[in-house]
Amino acid sequence: MGQASGESSVANEGGPSAADPLPAPPRPVSLLRLFLVCFQIGLFSFGGGLSGWMYQEVVVRRRWMSEDEFLSGLALCQVMPGINVSNLVVYIGQRLHGALGSCVALVGLLVGPFFIVIGLVLVYERVAGVAWVQAAMDGVAAAAIGLLMFVGYKGARRSLHKVPAAAVMAAIIVAIGLLQWPLVPVVLVLAPVSVAFAWPRAGDA
Amino acid sequence: MRDNPYIALILVFVPFSLVSIGGGASIFAGMQHQSVDVHRWLTAREFIDLFALGRAAPGPGSMLVTLIGWKVAGLSGAFVATAALLVPSSVLCYVMARVWNAHRGKTWHKALENGLAPVGTGLILAGAIAILRLAGASAASWVVAGAAAVLLGLWPRLHPILLLAGGGLLFVLYRLALG
Repeated sequence: MGQASGESSVANEGGPSAADPLPAPPRPVSLLRLFLVCFQIGLFSFGGGLSGWMYQEVVVRRRWMSEDEFLSGLALCQVMPGINVSNLVVYIGQRLHGALGSCVALVGLLVGPFFIVIGLVLVYERVAGVAWVQAAMDGVAAAAIGLLMFVGYKGARRSLHKVPAAAVMAAIIVAIGLLQWPLVPVVLVLAPVSVAFAWPRAGDA
Repeated sequence: MRDNPYIALILVFVPFSLVSIGGGASIFAGMQHQSVDVHRWLTAREFIDLFALGRAAPGPGSMLVTLIGWKVAGLSGAFVATAALLVPSSVLCYVMARVWNAHRGKTWHKALENGLAPVGTGLILAGAIAILRLAGASAASWVVAGAAAVLLGLWPRLHPILLLAGGGLLFVLYRLALG
């Protein structure tokens, strides 16, 4: 009676089989399912870290993609302009359902937070005059900056042992963070320079 | 025509969409400059509040853009600003996703990945600096931000909402202690 067979069929363990070298073709995933997964992640994820959750859902729990497919897509989404996690759902949607999948996944991710954040600001405007509310918002903002600094620290650690990368990073911090030069032209100049420096390095690897 | 708020929002956020390498956090510095200094949609105080609200809400931290649009032109402004920031980069990402899978392992593939990573890192750190400056550069802000970063370094799986709530609580206690 302890068997409860079939309970774990969703996980589809397939115990003895080794890791498949070829990425499995995406199984048909309904658009509604894709929407609901993205909607849930958008609604219940706080303060970043959505990519980690997305990995759990898409690769580990539902096996919509292989790990390699997901991780290379994640790298692409971090390199491309755009919010990382919104790029990620565009990538996942494209892989599973083409252009329509991308649209459904993106709308699913954003529709919940869109209305919640507006609801929050409406509440906030009623209590904005209260002194301790101001203090609390300053504290939340400071902690949120700490989250950014941690991401920056992880990236800096990767870049610091390469001179061109460290120089590009430092130039951007000084120009935009300290001198407050306009962001768009600075990036348009420095990004091609940085890629040009990375070119021979990529060839070696 | 120059005063149309929707066109102004689009003109500000579409370019940001296309240069936001490293994620939404990389354009906070630029968004702050445009919406506070250039267009005067918000005061510095309001920008900090909206930033904190965007971070305390679920979803991507960049929902800040929704709130700026809301401040400028209500619900339709929120929608226009959000779409202006998201649609261009998403279309670009969609096209790249198709090309990407066909060229995995190629040289340009790696060069882009390696070359753009430090750009994204620099932008995120510049954004952190820009917001800290706005926050009045009070010593308490720096301490809480640094402490949150260190705590994450020690326990990467720490839930972000705990850090945000902890920061808010510390500031309230600090304020009460000062009287």
